Amino acid sequence: MNISTSTTATTTSKNQSQIEQALQNNAAGVLMNSVTKKYGSFTAVEDLTLEIPAGYYCCLLGPSGCGKTTALRMIAGHEEVTSGDIFIGGRKVNQIPAAKRSTSMMFQSYALFPHKTIWENIEFGLKMQKVREAERRTRVGEMLDLVGLSHLGDRKPDQLSGGQRQRIALARSLVTRPQVLMLDEPLSALDENLRVRMRTELRKIQKQFGMTFIQVTHHVEEAFSLSDQIVVMTHGKIDQVASPEELFDTPASQFVAKFMGDNNIFQGKVINCVQDSDLDLIQLEVEGLGTIFCRGHGVVIGTEAACSIRPDLMFVEPYSPDLPAKSSLAANQISARITAVEMTGYVTRVCLMAESTGQELLYKVRTEDWRSNSLHEGQLVVLSWSKDNCIFLAY
Amino acid sequence: MLNNKNLSTYLLVTPQTLIFVLFLVLPIIAIAIVSFWNFNGFAMTPGFTLSNYLGIFTSKVYLSTYLNTFKFAAIVWLICLLISYPVAYFLAFQIKSPQWQTIWFLICTVPFLTSNIIRMIAWIPFLGREGLLNQALMGLNLIDRPIEIFLFSDFAVVLAMVQLYCLFMIAPIFNSMVRIDRALVSAAEDLGSSSFQIQKEIILPLSAPGIAIGSIFVVTLVMGEFATMRLMSGGKSSSVGYLIKNQIDSLQYPMAAANAIVLLLLALIVVALILRTVDIRKQL
Repeated sequence: MNISTSTTATTTSKNQSQIEQALQNNAAGVLMNSVTKKYGSFTAVEDLTLEIPAGYYCCLLGPSGCGKTTALRMIAGHEEVTSGDIFIGGRKVNQIPAAKRSTSMMFQSYALFPHKTIWENIEFGLKMQKVREAERRTRVGEMLDLVGLSHLGDRKPDQLSGGQRQRIALARSLVTRPQVLMLDEPLSALDENLRVRMRTELRKIQKQFGMTFIQVTHHVEEAFSLSDQIVVMTHGKIDQVASPEELFDTPASQFVAKFMGDNNIFQGKVINCVQDSDLDLIQLEVEGLGTIFCRGHGVVIGTEAACSIRPDLMFVEPYSPDLPAKSSLAANQISARITAVEMTGYVTRVCLMAESTGQELLYKVRTEDWRSNSLHEGQLVVLSWSKDNCIFLAY
Repeated sequence: MLNNKNLSTYLLVTPQTLIFVLFLVLPIIAIAIVSFWNFNGFAMTPGFTLSNYLGIFTSKVYLSTYLNTFKFAAIVWLICLLISYPVAYFLAFQIKSPQWQTIWFLICTVPFLTSNIIRMIAWIPFLGREGLLNQALMGLNLIDRPIEIFLFSDFAVVLAMVQLYCLFMIAPIFNSMVRIDRALVSAAEDLGSSSFQIQKEIILPLSAPGIAIGSIFVVTLVMGEFATMRLMSGGKSSSVGYLIKNQIDSLQYPMAAANAIVLLLLALIVVALILRTVDIRKQL
């Protein structure tokens, strides 16, 4: 049940300040063991078991109402668990109030106190902990130094830029030297440009301190770019826990595949499964479309299942009556008609409709590559993709 | 083009300016002028004398009336604040749905559906010697003779004024409290604040502009009071407003004008002091 409190090797800087070192040594893992949260008859989080190693940047990702914020608030102690246990750094914290949990929370739009100066904002947590004035002064000073904003101590939050505000919010949360930092959609109120910059900086600071960060977000790109570990949640349950790469390459369920964005999903019946070197080769019979070959395991022949293919891993060529679309072990093929072409910048999105079933499909291609072909809206094409890129989804 | 635009701007501000000048600035100037005129016991005569003002600052009666006015303003202000802050806090923070907030707030305004005078008169049968309160207390055998100070006393004056002006304090405090970002409270909690510290460090400072605006309302209204003072004290207590009214009744216009000017300046000083302490711009 114990989680190692040692930090990961994400930080390797040599000249670390005292605070950096203290924070890194403090970083703790979090374990949720069969945690359930009920509001009356409504179950917000159901039997959640999750291990977040120390020093990880973990994102709880899911649509609104999936229980991710509730999970975060339970770890922080703002919400009581109905059943199950939560451990922070191996210590059971169920009965410990939020303020004593050695977690700290960063809020949406940062929630800096507008009537207090930057200095007073950072000092606040220490003051509440009744830290002596002299020590407060050193620690706030150090922290301001560390985020590089010492010269702004006398300003009020509304005199700061968005980036500076985020750093102050982090400083305020970290000055009490928490073991885990919680971030409740800190970026969602920002405009697109700022959000991308703030995201980069959050990740940089997390690496600098080697802290455990747990962030709630509904933004897939944000989760991908920030996390060591992504927890995809839906209806109060975990669908998949994986690194961003793993999640991108091999979603575990139809929900995850859909939530990742633009994956094409085909539902059908498993008609054959052949043991292969690493992953089983599975034959899926999709009504109206024919056979699709995909890779996966844990397959029972005869069950309803699905498979997913990333829109950038497909190929498009003009349809010719001599070679009708037909899947083989060499390539899955279906015929489809182009319904729309959207140039979005580097990438062009091509919307298609399967000729036989009317299912909407998406193909993504580098804009440069798309320009070199002569395909156009309304044209009948053959979509093909390799069985090795096609991911079997058991549910 | 530019001229046209300028002209329309001027036209737009003209009505407000006219009203302001005609009904506020000119009368005050007139009062200021009259305050320097002579009064011979029967009528006023134009002139320039400081004797009206000297009279105010050398007369014990006047000075104690001014002191009394300040005393009432301070007491009523304090009680209004002590009542309004928790009420506003309850409305803003404890009532979660905006709909219920509106409903409760409207309930607060119910007494204002009747006129000031009627509301004051309504106190008389309640507080009087033979009033409901005394009868109830005697009926419960808590007292054996009627308590006199319920009515026609400083107590009655303060009570009536608090009832009259509390809402002027509740509304602005409520208004600034509903604007406080709830995340600030959560953040303070997360950083280890007790509920008392949250009040002291977060909610009180952030509702200060509302408190300041409410204080300006209450203090200036109470300082200019004469009807409540007359009715509820039974003539035992006096205020500058009541004094001015008496002087007008006996046609001592220059004296009344001088008092009005002094009262106005004092009220402005109080307002200036409040504005110096609290920055209310965020509220506007």
